[in-house]
Amino acid sequence: MSAFLTLLARNRLALGGLIVLCIVVLLALLTPLLPLKPPNVTDTASRFQPPFSEGALLGTDHLGRDLLSRLMWGTRLSLAVGFSAAVIAATLGAAIGIVAGYYGGRTDNVIMRGVDMLMAFPYILLALAIVAALGPGLMNALIAVAAVNIPFFARNIRGITVGIANKEFVDAAKLAGMSDAKIIVTEVLPNVIPVIVIAMSTTVGWMILETAGLSFLGLGSQPPVADLGSMLGEARSALITNPHTSVVPGLMILVIVMAINLLGDGVRDALDPRLKSGALSRPMPATMVRREGPIPQAQGDDLLAIRELETQFHVKDRVYRAVGGVDMSLRPGECVGLIGESGSGKSVTALSVMGLVASPPGVITGGAVYYEGRDIVGAPYETLRSMRGRRVAYIFQDPLATLHPLYTVGDQLIEAVSSHRRVGREEGRAHAIDLLKQVRIPNAENRIDSYPHEMSGGMRQRVGIAMALANDPEIIIADEPTTALDVTVQAQILTLLSDLRRERGLAILFITHDFGVVAQLCDRVAVMYAGRIVEEGPTDAILNAPAHPYTSKLMACVPELGGGRRRLEAIPGLPPAVDRLPDGCAFADRCHVATEACRTGDIPLDPHGPARRVRCINPVLAPKTEAAQ
Amino acid sequence: MTEALKLTGLSKDFPVGKRLFGPPKALVRAVQPVDLTVQKGETLGIVGESGCGKSTLARMLVGLLSPSSGRIEIEGEPLDNANPAEFGKKIQYVFQDPISSLNPRKTIRQIMEAPLRHLHGLGPAARAARISEIFAAVNLREEFLDRYPHEFSGGQAQRIGIARALAADARILILDEPVSALDVSVQAQVLNLLADLKAEFRLTYLFISHDLAVVEAVSDRIAVLYFGAVVEVGPAAEIFANPRHPYTRLLADSAPVVGRPLQAPEGRETELPDPLNPPRGCAFRARCPRAVERCGLETPALAPVSERTEAACFNPADG
Repeated sequence: MSAFLTLLARNRLALGGLIVLCIVVLLALLTPLLPLKPPNVTDTASRFQPPFSEGALLGTDHLGRDLLSRLMWGTRLSLAVGFSAAVIAATLGAAIGIVAGYYGGRTDNVIMRGVDMLMAFPYILLALAIVAALGPGLMNALIAVAAVNIPFFARNIRGITVGIANKEFVDAAKLAGMSDAKIIVTEVLPNVIPVIVIAMSTTVGWMILETAGLSFLGLGSQPPVADLGSMLGEARSALITNPHTSVVPGLMILVIVMAINLLGDGVRDALDPRLKSGALSRPMPATMVRREGPIPQAQGDDLLAIRELETQFHVKDRVYRAVGGVDMSLRPGECVGLIGESGSGKSVTALSVMGLVASPPGVITGGAVYYEGRDIVGAPYETLRSMRGRRVAYIFQDPLATLHPLYTVGDQLIEAVSSHRRVGREEGRAHAIDLLKQVRIPNAENRIDSYPHEMSGGMRQRVGIAMALANDPEIIIADEPTTALDVTVQAQILTLLSDLRRERGLAILFITHDFGVVAQLCDRVAVMYAGRIVEEGPTDAILNAPAHPYTSKLMACVPELGGGRRRLEAIPGLPPAVDRLPDGCAFADRCHVATEACRTGDIPLDPHGPARRVRCINPVLAPKTEAAQ
Repeated sequence: MTEALKLTGLSKDFPVGKRLFGPPKALVRAVQPVDLTVQKGETLGIVGESGCGKSTLARMLVGLLSPSSGRIEIEGEPLDNANPAEFGKKIQYVFQDPISSLNPRKTIRQIMEAPLRHLHGLGPAARAARISEIFAAVNLREEFLDRYPHEFSGGQAQRIGIARALAADARILILDEPVSALDVSVQAQVLNLLADLKAEFRLTYLFISHDLAVVEAVSDRIAVLYFGAVVEVGPAAEIFANPRHPYTRLLADSAPVVGRPLQAPEGRETELPDPLNPPRGCAFRARCPRAVERCGLETPALAPVSERTEAACFNPADG
């Protein structure tokens, strides 16, 4: 709640609206106590007094009634009717929406078609028809305004409820023996209340206007009692001769509705979780770079060399050290596996290479990435853009999320090519078909015109690979490309990647959490933990004789097919949060061989046997080479 | 051993193209008639790829979906009224996504109390005692009770999900991919916890997963599902080591294993059959290297191929 208020207060316009509205509501509440003249007493002798005349601050109307007093009482009435209509419409509409959304099927169909029929009538006509049927009067105007707004709430809330009713926690509540009514009240309702509040806050102003409109037409409040609308209606005849009688209530309506709408928008923005997470703040085209300290030099002639890379996320006053000094390299035609659990920084490492980490909050704070000997971390955006896809291409985990749902896969492939070089229509299409054939999509000539949703998961991932291949890159960074796929499809995709790599001499950085996949595909493997590489070397050597305790424990806790029924070796505890990394080895607290020395100072990634490095002062020394096989 | 769970001819059809009045345009058979028994104290693993009907089957077993045909017997008593509250006392469900199975607006205590209050009608004191008992069993600290679900890691949230299932005091748990959303190091913790709980409370598990290695590690017997039907069922130790049904062999050969060279078990890209237009005969025929003429004419039924293994195949591999 306090977080909500701080967010709201940060929005200047909303805060202004809130203050104005509070003043208006306070005055309306205090009206009976204020020393005002009676609003309905006529005094035709002093009619049409101008504002600021004696005894009438805002002047008088055509019957000599004090305008200030009538304005205050009218505001009171208008606010009361508007808010009541909003509450009634929201309550009934939400109830209808929740019932339709929760029960679904035929109930939903019948209710929502009824609501649709109500919505088919023009708004004001429907309100007029209701008042005509019930007869004029403020109460009937209120009913009419509430009734025409019910469909809006019903539709909104139904949509949200359908999503919630299919959530697993609702199934769990059913299995806990709760009745449908109880589930609606205690499980569904608390989750839709924010939506109801948002919908209400943005419609209250509208309802006040509608009530005023009906009163203006003489169908709302009846003389001598006046709300803002009927004040306007009565003043209409004197619009030219005595404009102040119209301006006074008109301005009040403007002020109230403006204040409510500004506040309503602020409430919506503060409550909307998407806005809260900052998802709608547009990231920069390349990750922000703020390197402190010396930039490490390139060594050797690797195709891609990552040197002491540090990428952090700065969220408010917290610093998450997602990548804390990673060194790795990729030679032409080589496949390197990067293995680690979620949160170990493997994806952020991969995205940092081409400056694809979203900024804000991501910042590259140190290190360098050399592509053919050129540092690309500090490179200008145009250079990065020309390299993305052309030199280094990515394949992501979920092809459904990375392919645009509204374009055919062919269009998207052609776009990928044409963003780097000009291609004609025919040439682009031929190239796209060729790419689809290369990733072994059967019947590529027809499949090119399919939309992503028309393809299976395995097919979509093939399209993702085809897009990565479109500009003939030297390096492919594959971020868990088979995690979302079934095991038989995974085998096909892995074989495809392996074949492509051999045919084209591609270098692949393969990110995964699966040792089996690494063993089958990768020449070398690097194991990441808490943002740093803890062990690196040839795949066979590491899988046969892991030197870092984390590697060996991680391998032990993954069941392997053919191992039979058994108890698994679990690693106790959880990985440390990367905003509170301990001194020394991040794995020390979960390690069975940790000593005091492990918890102080920085532990370097030291050589360990041929072509291997390990970040441990107590590595597993005796490699059990033959025994493991 | 007695039967904890017995399914006879259980099937589920989903209507496609619903109309406001009148029958739907077509029916899709998500689960073909299935016969399965689970012995008391046993863990039956169910494996299959996405879309094979394993979750539909599981949801029928707890009454969240009503079966289109067939019957469910739990501990000898028939129960097929699709009322989750009736089922809840006997059979409970642990969900795949631990976070979304907990209501974000409720404290853990409120979540834990729901089954105790509504299924068993316990009073406040009895509820508190039972909750601390269960939390001790799943290694959760009681201070967690007043927190909200978003404050927990995936592994902790899954423990809470398991604790909630235990609170209902059911003897059978349906574990629907309980560890596939978790990291491998946490996955092992949860699997071991499940094994301990099973021994302590003498539970029966139905363990659903797409991960063959996990299923093999926890199950006594395994049933392989393809296109809504059980194609092979047998002891866990044998089923992948010595697969009889060609589909089981394909699965076993596809799993990435350290030390086995990468090879595509299937040459061409193949897709699952279209449920709206199911093929005649065996659904696996188009992908099957052992298919014979008969496979395209008749649908094979589950039949014994060895002492303890059954397979639905006219031309099963030799044991």
